[in-house]
This record gives sequence, C-alpha cells and structure tokens, in this order.
Amino acid sequence: MPDYNFLETVVSQVRRDILRMVHKVNSGHPGGSLGCTEFFIALYYEILELKADFEMDGKEEDLFFLSNGHISPVFYSVLARKGYFPVKELSTFRLIDSRLQGHPTTHEGLPGIRVASGSLGQGLSVAIGAAISKKLNHDERIVYALMGDGELQEGQNWEAIMFAAGKKVDNLIATVDLNGKQIDGKTDDVLPMGDIAAKFEAFGWEVMLLKNGNDLKAVIEALSAAQALTGKGKPIVIIMHTEMGNGVDYMMHTHAWHGKAPNDEQLEKALSQNPETLGDY
Amino acid sequence: MKKYTDQGKVDTRSGFGAGLTELGRTNPNVIALCADLVGSLKMQDFIDENPDRFIQVGIAEANMMGIAAGLTIGGKIPFTGTFANFSTGRVYDQIRQSIAYSGKNVKICASHAGITLGEDGATHQILEDIGLMKMLPGMTVINPCDFNQTKVATMAIADYQGPVYLRFGRPKVANFITDDIPFEIGKGIVLNPGNDVTIVATGHLVWEALLAAETLETEGISAEVINIHTIKPLDVDLLTNSVKKTKCVVTAEEHNYLGGLGESVAGALARAAPAPQEFVATQDTFGESGTPAQLMEKYGLNKNAIINAVKKVIIRK
Repeated sequence: MPDYNFLETVVSQVRRDILRMVHKVNSGHPGGSLGCTEFFIALYYEILELKADFEMDGKEEDLFFLSNGHISPVFYSVLARKGYFPVKELSTFRLIDSRLQGHPTTHEGLPGIRVASGSLGQGLSVAIGAAISKKLNHDERIVYALMGDGELQEGQNWEAIMFAAGKKVDNLIATVDLNGKQIDGKTDDVLPMGDIAAKFEAFGWEVMLLKNGNDLKAVIEALSAAQALTGKGKPIVIIMHTEMGNGVDYMMHTHAWHGKAPNDEQLEKALSQNPETLGDY
Repeated sequence: MKKYTDQGKVDTRSGFGAGLTELGRTNPNVIALCADLVGSLKMQDFIDENPDRFIQVGIAEANMMGIAAGLTIGGKIPFTGTFANFSTGRVYDQIRQSIAYSGKNVKICASHAGITLGEDGATHQILEDIGLMKMLPGMTVINPCDFNQTKVATMAIADYQGPVYLRFGRPKVANFITDDIPFEIGKGIVLNPGNDVTIVATGHLVWEALLAAETLETEGISAEVINIHTIKPLDVDLLTNSVKKTKCVVTAEEHNYLGGLGESVAGALARAAPAPQEFVATQDTFGESGTPAQLMEKYGLNKNAIINAVKKVIIRK
C-alpha cells in the first residue's frame, strides 16, 4: 500500500523544485511539468522496478522515455529526488556547463536520461525499440513512455502507433498527457485531433482512460492496472487527463504558463501554495 | 602503375548484403531493420538465417530510426536499411536527435546512393547525403568503392562503437579491392603512388580514378590515387603528405560538390597544405532518369572527367 502522506510531501517538494528552477533562469516549461508531477512521482516511487545502483545499461529493469522533453523540470526534479544525481544540481538547470540542459539529453551524461527528446514526436519510436530489445534479451521488464497531447500532431507518432500494434509490442505502456493545451492555445483551436482514445483503439491498442491524472492514487492504480495488461499481445495506452499548471492556482485553466517562468512575486505566491517538505535544493 | 584487376562487375549493395549475412553468423547483437526494401538492400539471406533478428518496419523511415535508437539500449547493434535518400534527408531530425545527439550505436545503411540508381530519377537519387551526414557531430561517414570493400566495411562498423552512415549503390561496378588491402575506418588507401597530382576518390569514382591514372601515365603524368572510403573522420595526414608532394589535387565523388568529399578535402588542405583543387562532382544540381553510364557521362562523373580535371589542375600549380 503506497504511503500517500509521504508521496504528497514529494509532490509539494517537486512542484517547488519546478517553480524555482524555471524562475531562476526565467525560462523553461512549468505548465506541463506541474500537470505531470503526480504521474512522475507515481511512476518513479511506486511503479518502476529500478536497479538500486542507478546503472544505466538498460537491462533487467523497467525503462521510461519522456517524449515531450520540454517538461524536463519535473523529470529532473524526480530523478534527483530519487537519487539519480545530487538534488543540489537542480540549481544548474539551463545554465552554461550544466548536465541539466533545457531539454533532456544523454549528451552530458546525466544519469536517468536514456535519449535526447524535445524535438517532438520521437519518443514513442525509441520506446518501441527499447521494448523490442527487451524481448530479444528475454528481459521481462516493461517500457514506459509519456507523450504530450499536442505532440500527437507529429506524424511519426502514428507510424509508431501503427507499428506497435501491428507487431504486438505488448511490453509497452504509453501515457498521453491530455491537458488540451499547447503553446499557441487549446489543442482544439490549434489543430483538432478528435477522439484520441478512439484513434488508438482503431489502431489496435489496449486503451485505458484516466479521468484525473492529478490524483496520485488514481494514477498509481491506472499504471498498476496497465501493468496487468502487458504480455497479452497489445501495446497499452493510458489517456490521462491532467490540468496544466496543477497546484498553482493562477497557472491552472490556461495555456499561458506552458513555456513561461514566474517573476519574483509570482514565485512567492506559487511557493506559498506548496510548502517545503523534503528541503529545497 | 600498380595493376588492379576487375574481378567481375557486381553491385556494392550486394557487398552490404554479404557483410550483413556474415555478421548474422558472427555477431548475435546485430539486428537488421528495413523499410520495405529488403530486395533492394540484399537483406534476404540475413533474414532467412536470422528471422528473429530482423524487423520489417514498413514504409515508415522516421519510426525505423527511432526504433533503431531504442534497440541500442540493452546492447543491440541495429543496421537500418533503405535508399540513401530515405536514410538521410527524409529522417534528418530523427537521426540528429534520437541517434547522433543521443550517441546511439546505430548503423544507417544506405543503398542507391548518388545518381547511379538511374531510371527512377531525382526523386529517389540523392547527391546531398554525405553533406547532411558529415555535418552531424559524432557521425562517421563511409562510402566504400566496390563489393569487397563494402562487405568488409559492413562488418567493420559492427565493431565500432557509435553512429555510422554507410553509403553504397545499385549499379554493377568493377570489383577490384583484394584481401591484401586492409580496411580500417578513418584510414585512406594509396592505391597508386605518384608525383604530379593527387586524385582523391570515393565510392564508384575510385575505379574511374584508377582508369584515369592509367591513361594519364601514357601521357607522362604520374597520378597518386588515394581511396578515401571514410569521409569522416578524414585521413588528413595521408592527404596532406600526398599533396605536399604533388602540389595539386583532384577530388572525385558521386555527390554534389557542395558538402561532399571535395569540400572536406579542401577544408583539410586549407589548414595544412593549401593547393589548387578541381572537383569532379555534380555541380549543385538534381539528377534525372537515365542509365547509370549515361548519367555519369552527362554529369561529368567518370574517367574522362577526372582526366580533364587533372590537366586543368596541373597548370594551376
């Protein structure tokens, strides 16, 4: 049984990390990061079976791929809080000579990152490759991927979605962060994508709907249920509704904070809504 | 002049197929991927012998590059196969982000490179691929010259850690590289020593360079012929030493002069041993339909074009 009290303290701390990171360099993407905070914490604290020594050879452990790399602040914060690298390194986000590049990369050798992402639409293909590699290696662990909803406008995703179903890549659990927003506005205004769940289903995926992706318990339960569906001949996707900017009142219900940092005053207000729990970096 | 014997006309893509088949038998980590061009890439023998290590991706090259990147995680060595055009320009960003920037050990194997795929025309030809690939940090670019060299190059890149672009072609060309000419990534080969001009050739133009040197010898011109199969990293020392001796250079390639071997050689020599240079290459143009021989003649990519370039460059010394 997950220790929800503890996990909620992690949520609060990770939100603070995200806000402080983007504020310091006056750049980065807080909106989607805050929207996916519960997902990352559920995944890394309760779902993924990881090697204790953080070895990065990718064998005999679950793997996660972030396709929408712009939500790097939440990824970095959770990796650091889990112990992949020192928490104090979060203070180097987007600075010169940092391993914490604007978008995640393997290039600077940051533990926990397995591929560069940020140029959208590529993560699912890479996750499929890693899943096939596991099958070839008779490795029973599972591969996870997170994609943004706006990102599904990239055509490569649909090549990958067709492939994964057609080739029965059933050790793969993808999640779509359905927040309905992208840089230029609502996804329905920028480019309506219709019924995303129905599209995945039509392509032959096992589709799960998660109504509240900001409810930690619901996310853990959905991911656990997805695990039980692996190995049955179909890739699995969780269509996860989230609120961009979740946990900071003025960042919610708008796309304005997709790629914008708070100023000093706004930061204070946001931090006051998310108390320090595990110690600021 | 050193004598080379054409052991029989055969396509370099068959050299790739033969090398891949050999790898199937010797390296269990090698995985082949193809985007619906198994016959063109000569991959069938590998597939017959290793059905579980072949992934047919369908006509979806971007997805193929991403899957290849992912396969490396866990220790596989993926070899992707499609035409050069669809191996590079079509999927440049996938290669850039998921493979090159991510430092993934993917071997991008590209057939039907250049203009000599012939009748299909410019939609399927590509004369820009060397430039595209060599611009990527960390990418190794190899363009072997015949069946034998393509076969050994295919096997050699499996043992090399890092992304590689391997470029070969469709037409049947002379097969003349013998076992006593070793293949080492990054090392050029002096096929014929000479004093008056350095001819640096890659791919299908290497045989043409040897034919040109033979004719030039009868006219009293001693040509040093260097086979550069690895365009990146370039064997700068070998080129510099040669050109310091001959004082001029002709580069020959089945590629646009912009971005190709010629520019790499010019860039290297500008730093170390500046010398007059002529470029046997296409002149910033697309190709067209025709037979390989007609196209090589029309676009100035053969023995005669090399001879003319040599005569031009020598008087510029």
